[in-house]
Parts: sequence; structure tokens; C-alpha cells
Amino acid sequence: MNPILRTFGLAALGALVFIAIGLVVPAWFLFTMTKAVGFGLVALGLVGLLRGGLLSFGQGLYYCGGAYVSGLMANWAGVTDMIVLLSVGCIAGGLIAALVSPLVARYRGIFFAMLTMALSMVAYGVLTKIAAIGGSDGFNVPKPTLLGYHLAETGFGLYAIAVVIAALAAAVCRVHFDSGLGLIASAARENELRIEYLGASVFSVSTRSFILAGGLAGLGGTLNGVALGHVDPFFSYWTTSGEMVFIAILGGYASVTAVFGTALVTELVRSFSGQYFPESWQMLLGIFLLLVIVFLPRGVGSMWAKPAKNHAIRSIKEPAT
Amino acid sequence: MDLIFTILLDGLIYASWLFIVALGLTLVFGVLKILNFAHGGLYALGAYGAAIAVPFFAGLGMPEWFSLLAMFIAAAAVAILIAPLIERGLLRYFYGRDEVLILLITYAVFLILEDVTKMIFGVNPYYVFEPRNLLGNVEMGSLFYVGYDLALIGLAIVCGLGVWFGLNRTRIGKITLAVIKEPEVSQAMGVNIARIYLLAFGVGVFLAALGGAFTSPLISVQPGNSVSVIVVSFAVVIIGGLGSIPGAAIGALIVGIARAFAVYELPEAEIFIIYLVMVAVLIFRPEGLFTPIKARKI
Amino acid sequence: MSGAVLEVKGLMKSFGALVAANNLNVEVMPAARLSLIGSNGAGKTTFVNMVTGYLKPDAGQVKLDGKDITRLPPRLITRAGLGRSFQIPQLCEAMTPVDNILVALEIAGDGGSVFRPARTKGSLDRAVEMLERFGLERYAGRPVNELPGGVRKLIDIAMSLASRPRVFLLDEPTSGVSTEEKFPLMDKVMAALEGERSAVIFVEHDMEIVTRYADRVLAFYSGEIIADDAPDEVLNDPAVQKYVTGTAR
Repeated sequence: MNPILRTFGLAALGALVFIAIGLVVPAWFLFTMTKAVGFGLVALGLVGLLRGGLLSFGQGLYYCGGAYVSGLMANWAGVTDMIVLLSVGCIAGGLIAALVSPLVARYRGIFFAMLTMALSMVAYGVLTKIAAIGGSDGFNVPKPTLLGYHLAETGFGLYAIAVVIAALAAAVCRVHFDSGLGLIASAARENELRIEYLGASVFSVSTRSFILAGGLAGLGGTLNGVALGHVDPFFSYWTTSGEMVFIAILGGYASVTAVFGTALVTELVRSFSGQYFPESWQMLLGIFLLLVIVFLPRGVGSMWAKPAKNHAIRSIKEPAT
Repeated sequence: MDLIFTILLDGLIYASWLFIVALGLTLVFGVLKILNFAHGGLYALGAYGAAIAVPFFAGLGMPEWFSLLAMFIAAAAVAILIAPLIERGLLRYFYGRDEVLILLITYAVFLILEDVTKMIFGVNPYYVFEPRNLLGNVEMGSLFYVGYDLALIGLAIVCGLGVWFGLNRTRIGKITLAVIKEPEVSQAMGVNIARIYLLAFGVGVFLAALGGAFTSPLISVQPGNSVSVIVVSFAVVIIGGLGSIPGAAIGALIVGIARAFAVYELPEAEIFIIYLVMVAVLIFRPEGLFTPIKARKI
Repeated sequence: MSGAVLEVKGLMKSFGALVAANNLNVEVMPAARLSLIGSNGAGKTTFVNMVTGYLKPDAGQVKLDGKDITRLPPRLITRAGLGRSFQIPQLCEAMTPVDNILVALEIAGDGGSVFRPARTKGSLDRAVEMLERFGLERYAGRPVNELPGGVRKLIDIAMSLASRPRVFLLDEPTSGVSTEEKFPLMDKVMAALEGERSAVIFVEHDMEIVTRYADRVLAFYSGEIIADDAPDEVLNDPAVQKYVTGTAR
């Protein structure tokens, strides 16, 4: 059987199982799972970047971009159909990523991480100042519809949509990672000079992963904006991006489904720790991040078992004298 | 004319604390090849340290001028308490690993520091006014400047020259330069690399904390400052070129003056002008202004 | 029309006060076996790096099949038909030899596609076949960073050959390779190139390799080509003996 069809078949099966699970769990858990899918989508994009050796500390920007553009469309144009909103959010995230990629895709390593973070903080700062879209308060997002029907108050409808989107995204990423292009991206993580001398452009490889990650983040932002019924500049804040990184690292880069699991666990721990240890969420994240890096190096850290690399692709061209 | 002068002087003052902090960041990167994300958290600790130390020493009946010394003591205390903990306790196990992995580790440290700081000092702001009133006002043309602010410029110059002198004119500094260039060879020749790394990291932490301590009279010391500090000082060192001391100075000046210009002429742009400058520099020189372009041996 | 596949005209490069390439002129015919010799710092590697796009020359021109490739980025030079191997093997270290070759074949093919899985029976067969040509099949499944130097050199060369270059530059193929391994290594490289009518240019310090595999030798000294002829002629040239091989009496 064609491996691509097989992947999508499995995804469809998985989606059906999770929709069935949604019928029996309580409403608060449906809501948590929906939100976890939103975070998981962003983390999935990060996994794609990590496979290519890129770590972004600023995925909040594309997450926020998707949420804002789709949310504004719902408010200003009165479009509440989830299919339209998700498409618009996905395109918005990808488009913003495409706009910044000429700057950031030249870099790797710490430069890429810090530049993406700086950009997301700029967006955060700018959004807090624009009064027309709510400034630092953000704005509310209307209740969603699907093909003319209102989605039930229980949140089951939105959850089902989230599951379908998650399955679709995981399948697309699996196919991409296993494809020739995916292999070339992993090779670029290992040795970009070699890839250039084989005749491929590392810049294009990075740009592609970056735009894909931006699109997925836009999708996640739209989903969570609608689920929460509210978006604000905090979507682009560094803590948001940091949580996505945490979820992606915890999930590891080998699997396309693990991120949704780790996103759910992270969400659950967050809501419990919010009740019992209100001021220690960041610390918990930090401690767990260290534990994962130290004790789960395989799958999580195996991609880093290699010497450090040059930051700018262009910096390898001329020698110092 | 007055406006240009104001912008330049304000920019210089802003550049001063930026330089002190960025100097620590670039020094640690230069020696340990680590981009220390926790640098911003250490800056915050320095500010809190000053907010505790200044009233503490005043309570002991020390003279007013001692508050300046108290800020130094606070920064040194942060460096002595925290640097060995982070460097010996954690970072040293990851030397030679991928720089992104180490960035993640320092990021984790930063997250922990954030909440620990909140637990210790609470979320309410602290204010430290005393040192800023100490040096009086200085009249320049039609404008008055707080003497303390101008003294910051002097402090930045002292820090820069101090690090330069320490690296180029002392025995330990020359050994450090050798370690930067050839870590393996230095180690083979009997250099105690661990000591050099701890020392460099300690100086880096001290500079971060010093920047925080001496900024504390200008701001309200409260949670949430640290992230913008790491992002802005990264912008500074990336403009100048990571690991370069003159680069950090030029980067701080460019960023400081650009920001002062925005404050007076383009207030809407204040929050992002720093990044705009950074992007503009990177478009033309992706490695920053002062990094010698390295060729990898192939 | 000279019929040369590679033409280098007036290539210049200096690093500060050091002139690393001073007016280099070379024409290489198809199927040539050209060796570059010279002591360290004579300008061989600078020449290779300029021709393959790693360094930008200050002046001069490089033409491949009449097409100007001067100052093009490496990937476009590779696509134009000029390949190179590296003195220090450039491999994807955590990957296996098979994956390294798969990457090379993907890029040499259509540059990779989302719709075609990387590991199909066909692609794996081709990668293993490539490894067999170099006698490397028994190493297929181990990460390349665990493999010995000679094997790594051959994988590096095999990857560069995936694009079937018309001109192939080898930068010190036998450096870091043991004395027993060096002839088998060169034999395998030459056998792999057999029938391709590729011109081969190799930088070499080992005169045994030079006399055995080259039909023409360029001797570099201080950024200039001081001799360009058949191996016997060049190695008997007094200037070459004085400055390059050190065999002058």
C-alpha cells in the first residue's frame, strides 16, 4: 500500500477514536484537550524546525498572527465558519513567517533562536499599543459555526474539529518528514556546507520548514482564539513561545503525535499547579526541561550529539586574514 | 542643537548600562561559547540585591556615599553565590555540546530564577532612590542632568577598560585569551580550564548584576524586567558581533542613541527601534559589525 | 574553441598582504587526470576553493563548458557540473552511510519532493549499489562518525559523485589515509569515474600517487603555477625540485 495513503488512513482512524473518546469525557476535559491541540499544532511546527536543526523561541508571533487575523475577520467581516477561519489563520501564520524568513533563515543555532524571539517581542509590544484592536486587553472572538450550524455549548463540536485538524497536520508532517525533502532538511541539521556542495540550498530548506511551522502555529492560534473566545497580545509573549518549545522538546522530534500528548499533559499540570502553586509555573517548566535534557537525551537530545556549527551560512565563505 | 545634544547624552546614558550588561554576555560567550539566557535573570537579581543592600547598610549607620559601594557589594554577592552554582553545578556538564542545547539549559535556568526571585522578593516593586540623589545635578547649557546618570557613563567606561585590561595586561587574562583561541592546546599545556571558565562566568554574572544594581535607582525593581534585558543585550552584542568587546561598546552606543532618538522624535517607534537597527545591521553584515568572518577548514 | 571543459583565466586572490593566487591560468580537457602539487601555503587549496565557489576571487574568470561560473555559490557550481570532495570529509555525522548517500542522490536527482518517500526499495537499492562501487557496503548501517578515516574519505567522495560531475576536484584524497589504504582508495575513485569522461583534478602531496594517477601536473609555489606539464617533466624541473618536492641537490 502507498505509504502516503497509509499515513492518512491511520490519521483518519486516530481521529475517529479520539472523537469517540470526546463523547464520554466531561466538558472541562474537552476544553483542555482542544486547547492542547492548539498548542500541539505549534509544537509540531517546532518539531519540523528542530529536525532541520532550528530552534525558534518566537513561535508565539505566528500563533498570535493566526489568532488575530482570524479573530478580526470574525469580528469585522462576521465570518464565523471554522473552515474559513482556520484556513485564514493558517495562511496568516504562514505568510508572516514567509515575510520574516529572508532575515532569519540565513541563521542557525542561537542566532535563529534569539532573532525569532526578538521578532515575537516586537509584535507583542506593537500589539499592546494599537488601541483599535484592543491594545493589551485584546478582543473577544465570536462563537464559531460550521457550515451554517452553531457549535454546541459543550465544546464537543470544536473538539471534533480540533481532532480532525490535529490528525491532518500530523499526517502531513509525517509525510513531509519521511519524504526526500524531509531527509534533506535533517541532513542540513548535520552539515549545511555539505548540503550546499551537493547542490541544494540550505536557505530554501530552512525557509520551507519555517513557513510550514508558521502555518501550523497560525492554525493553533486560530483554534485557541476561538476556544477561549478571546485573543490578546499575550499570545505573542515570550512565555507562550517558551511553553511551545517545552512541549516540542518533551515530545521529541521523532514522532508527530507525541507533541499532542505532551501538550495535554502540560496543560493539565499547568491548571493544577495554578491551583496549588500559583507562582511556580515557570519554575516547574524549567525544572522539567532540565530533567528531560539530562535524563531523556535519546529521542529528545540525540539530535544534539554533534559539534557546534557556524551561525550564518554566509559566514563560511571568506576566511579571516 | 540642544535637541541633538540631549539625544546624544540620553543615548549615552542608556548605552552605559546596556554596555555593562552586554559586556558580561559577550565575555561569557567569548570564553565559554555559551549564550547565557539567564543573564537577564542575573541582572534582575542584581537589582533586587541593590534594593536590599542599600537600605541594609544605611540601617547600619553607614554614611550616604556608602550606598554606591553597597550596590557593588550586592553585585559581587550575586556573582559569588550564583556563578559557581550555575557554572560548576550545571553548565560544565554540557561543554562542547551543541550551542542550542546549552541555550535551552540556560533558558531553563532563567525560568527557575524568575520564579525563585518572585518567591524571595515578592511581586511588589522596590524603590532605591538614595544613590541617585547623591551626586547632585549637573547643569549643561539650558538642561539639568542628574549627576548619578552621568556617573553611569564613567562606570561603563571603567568596566570596559577593566575587562580589556584584565584580558590583555594580566597573566590570568592572557591565559584566558589562550583558552579562547585553543582550549585543547591550553589544557594540554597545563592550564586549569575549569578555573578560567568559572572566573569568566563569574565576571559575566558580576557585570549582569552590576548593570542591574546600578539601574535600580532609575527604575522600579519588579518582576518582568529580565526578559527584555536579555533580548535587548543580545541585540546589542549581535550588532557589534558576538564575543567582541569593542563590538559590544559600539552596539550599545548605536542602540542607545537610536532609542533616545525615538523617545524624542518618534515615540511610537520606541519599543521596536532597537530591533529595527538590529535588523538593518544584520541585512548588511549577517555576522555583526566586529566579527572577523571565519572560514571553516574543509 | 579550445575543447577544454574547464577554463581558468587570470585568477587572483590575496589575503591582506599575502598573495594566495597570482594570475592563475589553467585549461582542463575532458577525461584529464590533473594533479596539483605544492608545499603548504603554495595556493593549491585556494585555487580549489575559488573554482568551487567557497572563496570569491579578486579577479579572473572560471568557465565550465564555456559557461561563466565565477563567483556563483557552491550549489549552482555543483549543478553546473563541477563537483568536489573535501580534505576533511564533510558528512552528515549522525547519519548512516546509506542515509548520506540517499541525501546526495535525492539532491542530485530532482532536489527532493514532498510526495516521494525518501526510503523506498528503489532508492535504498541505488544507495547500496553506490556504496558497493566503493566497497563500503559492510559499513552501511553505522553512523558515519564511528567509521575510520579512509572509509569516511570514500563516503565523502561517493556523495560528491552522485551528481555525476564533468569536472571533479579532490582535495587531498589520501591525506589522513594509511599507506596501505591509499592506493586501493585511489583505485576505487578512478574506477568509479571510469567511463564518465569526467576530468579529475586532485590536490596531492604524495608523489607516488601523483606519478601513478596523473597524466599532467601543476606545481604551485607562492600563489603561482611554476610548472605545468607531464608528471616526469614537472618532477624533473629544477624549480619544482627546489621549491616543491625538495629533491634538488
